[in-house]
Amino acid sequence: MNKEKRDIASSFYKAFRAFRELASMLLGVILLLGLFRTFVSKDVISSLFTGDLLRDTVIGSAIGSIAAGNPITSYIIGGELLKEKVSLLAVTAFIVAWVTVGVIQLPMEAAVFGRRFAFVRNALSFVLSILVAMATVTTLMVLK
Amino acid sequence: MKPDKNGRNKKWKKYYSLYFLVFVIFLYVGLFIFRPERTQTALKASGDLLIRIIPVMIVVFLFMGIMNYLIEPKGILRYVGKGSGIKGWFLAISTGILSHGPIYVWYPLLKDFRSHGMEDSLIAAFLYNRAVKIPLLPLMIYYFGLSFVIVISVYIIIASIVEGKIIGAVEGHFRERESKNG
Repeated sequence: MNKEKRDIASSFYKAFRAFRELASMLLGVILLLGLFRTFVSKDVISSLFTGDLLRDTVIGSAIGSIAAGNPITSYIIGGELLKEKVSLLAVTAFIVAWVTVGVIQLPMEAAVFGRRFAFVRNALSFVLSILVAMATVTTLMVLK
Repeated sequence: MKPDKNGRNKKWKKYYSLYFLVFVIFLYVGLFIFRPERTQTALKASGDLLIRIIPVMIVVFLFMGIMNYLIEPKGILRYVGKGSGIKGWFLAISTGILSHGPIYVWYPLLKDFRSHGMEDSLIAAFLYNRAVKIPLLPLMIYYFGLSFVIVISVYIIIASIVEGKIIGAVEGHFRERESKNG
């Protein structure tokens, strides 16, 4: 405690330094998100589904992994995909991957936590988004 | 030979963030040549996003400053470090669910906690549980129904524990190997 005497100014300076270190990465991710939002429309996303249950689930998870932004957008797109007869399994994988996998922010995650952590976490989240979707849809079917 | 490689790695690590930003800027320049209007729209969308996340960044910054002041590194270790047990899992899951804003805004705080001994498994659990968004639950219920939301939320929490456990084991295994190799 004596060795590390803390005061409020140095505590906030430490926090400021942590943000400063990541500032250029943060800006890069934000700029990439802007590109994604502008160049990838809802129509582009819905055109990628094929009607095959399993393939659509993997596609849903893959699109959700690449897509980024507010989860509200994923619910709206998911709702519209359901109206277009895309399976609930694929839509669930899509909305789970949207928030748990982050391909766009992967470089930042790797810079902060290390490449191994970032890759393993995102790969696992991708697989888990499919498993969570399967478990959710199966449970709902059993409950009905 | 080896020191050179290490030196290059260090340099790469140091400037990695900057290289990434430069790459994205080049991407914008390239796209601007072919699609100038859409690229401008993208730039505006990025500006809007930046303005929207500033309040969350301020909250995280204040939170970090206050935590640095109030909690000793040893304290962090006690709550979310090795041996924190169920308490650590409960904290990671509940704070993951309650945290607001984009995921990357929380990275500096998590990096800080990690340097003070926060377990990798708990970082993974925190990040995964951000999939449960309490303020957005009404909207999710509107689109998918109440039973769907309850079931998926439970499975997301379970999946976060599975992911945390696997990441903890993977990171632990590699760290042990690295320390053996010196």
